[in-house]
Amino acid sequence: MTNQEKYLNAFVAALEVAPGEAPTLTYGESKSWDSVGHMALVAALEDAFDIMMEMDDIIDLSSFDKGKEILRKYAVEI
Amino acid sequence: MLWKFERHQSNIAVEDEYGRQLTYAELRHEGRMLCQQADGRCLVFCLCRNVMGSFVGYVSFLNGGVVPAMLPADMDAELFRNLYETYRPKYIWAPESFSMEDGCCRYERFGYRLTQTPFGDVETRLAPELALLLTTSGSTGSPKLVRQSYRNIRANTDSIVQYLHLQADERPVTTLPMHYTYGLSILNTHLDVGATVLLTDKSVTQKEFWTFFRARGGTSFGGVPYTYEMLDRMRFTHMDLPALRTMTQAGGKLMPELHRKYAEWCQKTGRQFIVMYGQCEATARMAYLPWEMSLQKIGSVGVAIPGGTLELIDENGGAIQTPHTVGELRYRGENVTLGYAENAADLALPDERGGVLDTGDMAEFDEDGYYTIVGRKKRFLKMYGNRVNLDEIERMLKARFPDVECACAGSDDHLTLFATDAAALPEMRAWLAGKTGLNSSGISIKAVSEIPKNEAGKTLYKELDTNDD
Repeated sequence: MTNQEKYLNAFVAALEVAPGEAPTLTYGESKSWDSVGHMALVAALEDAFDIMMEMDDIIDLSSFDKGKEILRKYAVEI
Repeated sequence: MLWKFERHQSNIAVEDEYGRQLTYAELRHEGRMLCQQADGRCLVFCLCRNVMGSFVGYVSFLNGGVVPAMLPADMDAELFRNLYETYRPKYIWAPESFSMEDGCCRYERFGYRLTQTPFGDVETRLAPELALLLTTSGSTGSPKLVRQSYRNIRANTDSIVQYLHLQADERPVTTLPMHYTYGLSILNTHLDVGATVLLTDKSVTQKEFWTFFRARGGTSFGGVPYTYEMLDRMRFTHMDLPALRTMTQAGGKLMPELHRKYAEWCQKTGRQFIVMYGQCEATARMAYLPWEMSLQKIGSVGVAIPGGTLELIDENGGAIQTPHTVGELRYRGENVTLGYAENAADLALPDERGGVLDTGDMAEFDEDGYYTIVGRKKRFLKMYGNRVNLDEIERMLKARFPDVECACAGSDDHLTLFATDAAALPEMRAWLAGKTGLNSSGISIKAVSEIPKNEAGKTLYKELDTNDD
């Protein structure tokens, strides 16, 4: 699986959305991306890329695109 | 009048995340204008968010003798409709985006709108002591509301202010919603001492929350067990929050290892970690664990709040005298609410409890008189701090999916949905999440060959295995 696929799958699985919908998501706008969904998403990303995210990055993760930027800090290129 | 705002005229009562502030004098003035429009004592449905309009509405109605029923702004439309038709409020106080086809706008302020409903001319009799209505379980839309009186709120406010030693220099941030009694108790007590409420609709998982909290010198916050689990996963204790002094916890039992972790961290950094216990039926609070004891009494909810008493009742109705003996927790105090309402006519009912509340929680006390909750008498769970009645969930599912045999069980924050029709389960789960607003990651599904029942047809919940496969 490519990083891009892994990244998309994490969103689809954690927030229970269609793959086509995932790239448009932002925190709070989508019903499933509330605080509970957020923690599920963080766990899914950490598992998928075998990383431990810092608090500052966890709270900064506010959209599909923002997440890609954050993962770069952990040497993950999407 | 519940609060005497004139005592703190020039103090800032509230600051929101967009930089808007109101002094107590201004808040008082806003209240007068809003209540003038409501024109006398009546019932208002308040659709709550942690924003200025919602805050000003709650405070003004309560202080102005108008009775607010506090409901989540994102409540499912059908469940809202059901409550609306059951209680026939004279007004709705809601964000401007909330659409009301048959209403008439009376007033607008802070992005909120006071809409007069077609029920405006129906005379709803309200008991003179009735102050506030709260749902017992917001997510299932049960029409059962808790009736709180002015005296209830006053008594509970006094107790909490006393045991938390609250003063005007406090700056609590909103982490809990206004339709939730724990969230309201934080507003009630801090407004009583002239402190400044930091108002934000953001969650602890969002950067904007912490930026606001840090920039405005937040001194305290409250959290349900799930809040503390999230903070733990986020390695919260590494954060630099110099103004933070107090963290409180209620809304269900925190895992003992997390209780220890936060108690130790607070002790080490000169802060206070205070575990508390309460119910909407007791206004908010019944017990608290003094912070000095937080490490000695891990897992305990502590002792009764000032002015209240706790005791344990055995199966024969007698009071338990021996430590470590489980019984139902009974609370007595002036904060025990008037009772429930199931329809508009019930709003005229007098006090039905006489200051005594059988909590439905099973507990024990130790040799020092510290109480620990060990279970529940009734079938409900706390989902992210909110009470969810499992029988009501089953009823909702059976009404929507009449052909499927199903049952619900689980533990706090983990609801398991059982059904004999495996193919129907994913749809049932998605429907339930949408209806209740509970995040579906808290709902597991399990296909079973049959729902175990006894000869009388009652479901044998103990035979349902809620462990993950």
